[in-house]
Amino acid sequence: MGVATLFAVSIIIFSSMELLPGDFGQAILGQAATEDTVAAFRRELGLDQPAIVRYGQWLTAVLQGDLGTSFSGRNASGVDRSREVVDLVAPRLRNTLFLASMAALFAIPLSLVLGISTALYRNSVYDRSISMTTLTAISFPEFFVAYILILFLSSLSSVFPSLANVDADTQFGERVYRVALPALTLTLVIVAHMMRMTRAAIINLLASPYIQMARLSGASPTEVILKHALPNAWAPIATVIAFNLAYLVVGVVVVEVVFVYPGIGQLMVDAVARRDIPVVQGCALIFAMTYILLNLIADIIGIVTNPRLLYPK
Amino acid sequence: MMTKIFIEQQQKKLANGVIDRRHFMMSVLATGLAVPTVLSLADKAEAAAPNRGGLFRMGIAHGSTTDTLDSATSENHFTLINGYTFGNHLTEVSNTGELIPELAESYESSDAQRWVFNLRQGVEFHNGKTMTSEDVIASLAHHMGEDSTSAAKGLLTAVKSVTADGKNRVIFDLESANADFPYIVSDYHISIRPAGDMASGIGTGGYILQSFEPGVKTVLQRNPNYWKDGRAHFDEVELISIIDPTARQTALMNGDIDAMDRVDLKTINLFKRNPNVNILEITGTAHYTFPMRLNVDPFGDYDLRMALKHSIKRQELVDKILLGYGAVGNDHPISTANRYHNSDLPQREFDADKAAHHYKKSGHSGKIQLSASDAAFAGAVDAAQLIANSASEAGIEIEVVREPNDGYWSNVWNNDAKGWCACYWGGRPTEDWMFSAAYTNDTEWNDTAWKGTDSSKKFNSLVKEARAELSDTKRRELYYECQSLISDDGGSIVPLFNSFVSANSKAISTDKQIAANWDSDGAKCVERWWFA
Amino acid sequence: MKIKTNIYSALGEVSSVYDRRSIWTRSLISLRKAPYTARFGMVIIFGYMLVAIFAPILAPYGEAQVFPKPYAPWSSDYIFGTDQIGRDIFSRMIYGARNTVGIAVATTILAFLIGGVLGLAAAINRSWLDQVLSRSVDVLMAIPSLIFALVLLSIFGSTVSNLIIIIAVLDSTRVYRLTRAVSLNVVVMDYVEAARLRGEGLGWIMRREILPNIMPPLIAEFGLRFCFVFLTIAALSFLGIGIQPPTADWGSMVRENASLIMFAQYDLKAGLTPLLPAAAIALLTVAINFVVDWFLHKTSGLRDDQ
Repeated sequence: MGVATLFAVSIIIFSSMELLPGDFGQAILGQAATEDTVAAFRRELGLDQPAIVRYGQWLTAVLQGDLGTSFSGRNASGVDRSREVVDLVAPRLRNTLFLASMAALFAIPLSLVLGISTALYRNSVYDRSISMTTLTAISFPEFFVAYILILFLSSLSSVFPSLANVDADTQFGERVYRVALPALTLTLVIVAHMMRMTRAAIINLLASPYIQMARLSGASPTEVILKHALPNAWAPIATVIAFNLAYLVVGVVVVEVVFVYPGIGQLMVDAVARRDIPVVQGCALIFAMTYILLNLIADIIGIVTNPRLLYPK
Repeated sequence: MMTKIFIEQQQKKLANGVIDRRHFMMSVLATGLAVPTVLSLADKAEAAAPNRGGLFRMGIAHGSTTDTLDSATSENHFTLINGYTFGNHLTEVSNTGELIPELAESYESSDAQRWVFNLRQGVEFHNGKTMTSEDVIASLAHHMGEDSTSAAKGLLTAVKSVTADGKNRVIFDLESANADFPYIVSDYHISIRPAGDMASGIGTGGYILQSFEPGVKTVLQRNPNYWKDGRAHFDEVELISIIDPTARQTALMNGDIDAMDRVDLKTINLFKRNPNVNILEITGTAHYTFPMRLNVDPFGDYDLRMALKHSIKRQELVDKILLGYGAVGNDHPISTANRYHNSDLPQREFDADKAAHHYKKSGHSGKIQLSASDAAFAGAVDAAQLIANSASEAGIEIEVVREPNDGYWSNVWNNDAKGWCACYWGGRPTEDWMFSAAYTNDTEWNDTAWKGTDSSKKFNSLVKEARAELSDTKRRELYYECQSLISDDGGSIVPLFNSFVSANSKAISTDKQIAANWDSDGAKCVERWWFA
Repeated sequence: MKIKTNIYSALGEVSSVYDRRSIWTRSLISLRKAPYTARFGMVIIFGYMLVAIFAPILAPYGEAQVFPKPYAPWSSDYIFGTDQIGRDIFSRMIYGARNTVGIAVATTILAFLIGGVLGLAAAINRSWLDQVLSRSVDVLMAIPSLIFALVLLSIFGSTVSNLIIIIAVLDSTRVYRLTRAVSLNVVVMDYVEAARLRGEGLGWIMRREILPNIMPPLIAEFGLRFCFVFLTIAALSFLGIGIQPPTADWGSMVRENASLIMFAQYDLKAGLTPLLPAAAIALLTVAINFVVDWFLHKTSGLRDDQ
């Protein structure tokens, strides 16, 4: 099933890249493009062949495990400088996953704790103020949250660096220190969503007869929520967490730009802007796989926690 | 003894720019020395040799993961600055704006059609190979021929052949005379690399490439055998691509970088208040234009073009879009930084009556679309709205269409689908180069499609005549007329010449004059600047 | 139907109660019972609606009116100063309410219509329809939405209607998944089973049996999705695509002035300027979600605390 999704994604991405006006040569040459030079680029990159042929070639290569080479760097006369898509994507994917896990490490426990506790003390001042804070935090665009954090934690007091430009040699400790601000930004951005959905899912269950029953049998409010409501709320919570984890991997291009973090989002945006189709396809496949994997996990959690779904009638 | 120490201290302060010359004179005169002695002391301090050493980190507003080390497709300011660190060219535009020989020791021509370049001897590439005419010919061939994908291909179409005359001399034969040819080979694309290896970043430059991550950063180390005297002062260099202007400015204020290009003019007045920041500003040949295509209705009409040219408040644009960091233009592309700027041409001003008069004469009615995107230049969409606003005072209705940044140069600019759009020209060091890039009838980049009209025919013959002309006064006359022809009949509205505004930390020293051909001292700041 | 009051009748009592309480009175009663936060939220939402509707009357200047001085400081003439080309920021904030809220409402409603209906249908059907829809949604969601939106807007042009449709379609995939996930839990309930056995149609089951039971998480999602539309517009303008000028919208206004915040230490008022549109978005988000919380509480059927 996942393979079919990947296949469909690759077709959609390929055709939208074809629909985008302009090609690699025009994008690289920009204002300096002449018909002659663009034509030379097309010949060199094989862009003069029909789209369907190019897609076929790409697909055959991918099925043999070859993601191909980027359009950039091929046109070198003399020494071969072509860039494997894998080599471009791998280090950046590592960076992205590192940042995503840092952010998730803070954000998921935090939002679960906040979500459950606000459901427990619903409508109290505590609930209201947590709601207000997290809602305000997500109302601000990511780059703006980032700027505010930089202002307070980097410019006014130099707690963390404002540039998160790590490279392959950066040590683990240094890496953690450098990505602190982007990770914090992402945490602020996703906590509200996860926390509120957790709260909603739990409150939604509290009126169920079995919860009433548990309550009548003398369980404390904490017990009711942790032992009775939470296990049944896992399906929607897992879905929301999967959304946000996928977002942490695929959607952080703005944060990458602000903190100069070499992640995979920036790679894909650059590749789209330059019409570097092999790289776009490579990134899209990775994003799609991440998404499929996370949702598979969310679905499994949903099914495991609701035995009735195991046996559809 | 005390006075000697004091004078030395003051000299150091003057050299580092902590105090100015006047302050220095006053304070040293107070020790009882005579004026001429103090003057010579001041000169000595100011001429003090730049310091060697240090790690120079620069934040650059561009950089893409598709960047390469091949100068043929160098397309943004990152690859431009990067290319100048490890590569040299046959000639270069110096920090004072003159053309000086670089890898060529000298060049000459008797008829402006056959150019002889004598190469500097004993220059070594970073791989140890000695540079010869073979490398120069291979480097030029990289940009010529049918299969070349070089952006400089159009520049070299007039070159018939490049031949070697021994190891240290190269001869260019041109299709027709061109008195400005030595300028052409200073173009940043035409870097001299070892034959057979145009793309691995091996050159003859002041810095040796250590690592290059496209779209992220470059690390360089000083070339111990650099042939050029008095250049390349830093020991190590890191060029970092920081595309977001706020992030770039914050990095400079926090001391994470030592210099940056493209200051965000919106916040410049606040940015200047930071005690660590020094702003460098220079007006060059770069300009913003709004080309109207004569082959698209209604811009073929002379009166309509005139009406629009009169409905623009140029000073307002300079004040609001450039916050004063620039100069008004006169609807032709030659700036005051060029040699033959026509200063006799009266400045065109906003004139609602004239605009309305021409508009009425043109017989046009209805909305006129103006396409803009900040891909053209920062503030293009705002500039277009200001134009729409001022034109409405003359009764002309303009609809601003915001185009996507993505693909702007291939889909909007120089495209018959859009009659009028915003555009940016980096400017060219010579009049001929500028005209033949965008205004003569044989260039593909003729973004106004200004061909066929009487004025345009005349313009084309004048440009050809001036190209072969070696007499200075005669050329001046010809170029003056060219400018007035473009200004009146041409399709381009050139309201602004933008300054290059970059910033550096106060620890950086530069030559007294910085180059005006590109941002950041002609994009050669890495080679030219030093830590005080 | 009037029943004589001197005779007791069960029907009379029931119907008179029914008579007295129209929809309006019932809402009034629940309004009166609403917690202060929900009331606060409703007042704010009402205020935004007024501002949006009467923008041309309330704004001191026109949306696109240009004054000579760019970046004018806060003053009595220009309450929040002027922007980079000399337009009154306060007036643009007011017009921004109309444009931004309008776009956000349209987008969110469209997204919920598409995603909600399809999600419900899939959950009830659980066979081929579910497979087809879920797989297509999987494909769409597997593509990074911000970048995909960027590409689509580059292809189709960034007009307001394209913006609404593209963001709504991309957003509806999220709504679809959520709706499907929560309704799956409901669909397996016995009463749905019963309705199905009774032979009720798909639409009826959707409307009458499932929808009421899945409303709470959907409403909670609505409150957040709404504010994500602002954020998407802001992020798109960060990446170079935005609403056609001179239309004022808060997302782009934050983007245009965001860099000023870095200089708050030098000029506090200038530094606060980008906070204004951001705060306008935040206030609306908080207000909407307070109302949502209240709905959530009411529909959950909880009778505790308060």
